[in-house]
Amino acid sequence: MWRDALLVAGKDLRIEGRSRVALNQVLPFAVLVLVLFAFALDPDRGVLVRAAAGLYWVAVLFSALLAVQRSQAIESGEGTRDALRLSGLDPAGVFLGKAGAVAVQLLVLEVLLGLGVVVLYGVEPAGLGLLAVTGLVATAGLAAAGTLYGVIAAGLRVRETLLPLLLLPVLAPVLIAATRVSETALSGASAGVPAGSWLVLLVTFAVLYLGFGVVAFGPLLEDG
Amino acid sequence: MTTTELFDERAGQDREPAPPAAGGALTLALGVAAVLALGVTYALGLALPETVEQGDHSRLIAIHPGLAWASYVAFGVTALASAAWLWPRTRRATWDHLAGASAEVGVVFTALTLVTGSIWGRPTWGVWWVWDARLTLSALMLAIYLGYLALRRVPAAPDLRAGRSAVVALVAVLVIPVNHFAVEWWRTLHQGRSLAQLTPENDLDGRFIGAMAVGFLAMTLVYAWLTLHRMAVARLEDAEADVDLQAALVQRRAEGVS
Repeated sequence: MWRDALLVAGKDLRIEGRSRVALNQVLPFAVLVLVLFAFALDPDRGVLVRAAAGLYWVAVLFSALLAVQRSQAIESGEGTRDALRLSGLDPAGVFLGKAGAVAVQLLVLEVLLGLGVVVLYGVEPAGLGLLAVTGLVATAGLAAAGTLYGVIAAGLRVRETLLPLLLLPVLAPVLIAATRVSETALSGASAGVPAGSWLVLLVTFAVLYLGFGVVAFGPLLEDG
Repeated sequence: MTTTELFDERAGQDREPAPPAAGGALTLALGVAAVLALGVTYALGLALPETVEQGDHSRLIAIHPGLAWASYVAFGVTALASAAWLWPRTRRATWDHLAGASAEVGVVFTALTLVTGSIWGRPTWGVWWVWDARLTLSALMLAIYLGYLALRRVPAAPDLRAGRSAVVALVAVLVIPVNHFAVEWWRTLHQGRSLAQLTPENDLDGRFIGAMAVGFLAMTLVYAWLTLHRMAVARLEDAEADVDLQAALVQRRAEGVS
C-alpha cells in the first residue's frame, strides 16, 4: 500500500512539475484572494492583522478546493480511470498517494502564502513551531477529505459546482480549528486561548478522513 | 400498448418484491397518529404557563427539541439505509429510496429547528443568531445534507449515484454526535442537552417535560409518515423512468414493423 502510495504521489507531483498548474494558477489565485481581502477590509492594517489568521486559512481552503479539482482532473482523461484500476495498485495506496501529492502542493502554497500575509498584512511572525504543526495536521485533513470528496464528484457532469457544495461544509471544522490555533500562535501565550483542544480536533479530523478514504476509495474507484 | 399493460408485463419479471404501498392501512394509521400527536403537542404547548424570564417563548420547548431529535433520527436512518445499500447482500433500490427520503425530511426538520430556535433566541438572547457551537454545527449539518441532496439529484447512472451518495451519508452522519455533545465540549450559550437534564433534582416543571416528551413522539411520528410517503414517490419516479423507456422502445419497434 505504501509503495503504491509513493508511486501515485510521485506520478502526480511529476505531472505538476511539468504542467505547473498549481504553481502558475493556484498560487497566484491564493495571493489574489489575500489581496481581495485587503481591498474589502480597507487598508486599515489593524483589521487585517487581527483577522489575518482567518483570512489566511480561507485562502488556503479555496486553494485546496482548486488543488483537489486539479488532482481529479488528471484522472479524468480518456480511460485514465480504467488504467488506474487496471494497474493493480491498491486503492488505499492510490488514495494515500493522491492525498499526499495534494498535501505536498498545499504545504508549499501555505509557506508562500504565509510570507504573503507577513508582507501584505504586516503580521509579525511568531510561534513558528506551533504554526508549522498546525499547518501539517490541517493540511493532512484538507488533503484527505478533499481527495475523498474529489473522487465522489469525479466523472459527474456537474462536478465543478457540486464539489464546493459538498466539500466546504465538511472542511469548515478545519478552518475553525486551524484559525484558532494560528491566532494563539501569532498572539503568543498571552491570548489565553488553549490551542491544545483545537489541535486535537485537527488531528481527529485528519485521522478520521484518512481512515475513511482508505476504506471507501476502492468501491468508489470501481463504480465509475 | 398502454402504460398499464407495460406495468403488467414488467410485474412478472420484477427483480424485487414490491414493498407495501404508501396508501396502505399502516401508513394511514401512522398518519392519523402523527396528526393526533401533533394536535396534543399543540394543546399542551399552548397550555404551558408563561415563565418569568421568557414569557410566551418558553412554550417553544414543546416543539424545538422534538424537531432537533427528529432530524437526528432522519439522518441516522439515512446512514443505516446507506450502509444497507452498500452491503452487497442487502443491496436493494428500496434502501436508496429510504436514504434519500429520510434525508429530505431531515433537512426540513433541521431547517425548522433553526427557525424555531431563532424565534426563541431573538427575545431571550436578544439576537436571531449567535456563532455558538451548537448553532454553528446545526447550520453545518444543514449545509452538509443540502450537499448530499444535491449529489442525489445529479444526472448519473442510478447505481453510481446511489453508491456515492451512500458513502457521503456515512461520512456526514458523524456530525450528529459532535453536534449533540457540542454543548458539553464547548462552553456554549445554548443550554445543555434536554434529556440529560431530566434528573430528579432538576426543578423543571412537570408540565414542560410532558409537553416536550409528547413533542418528541409527535415529531418522530410525523417524520416516519412523511418519509414513507416520500419513499413511495421515489419508487414511482423510478418506475416512471423505466416505463417511459419501455414505451419509447415499443414505439420505435412499431415504427420498424409498419
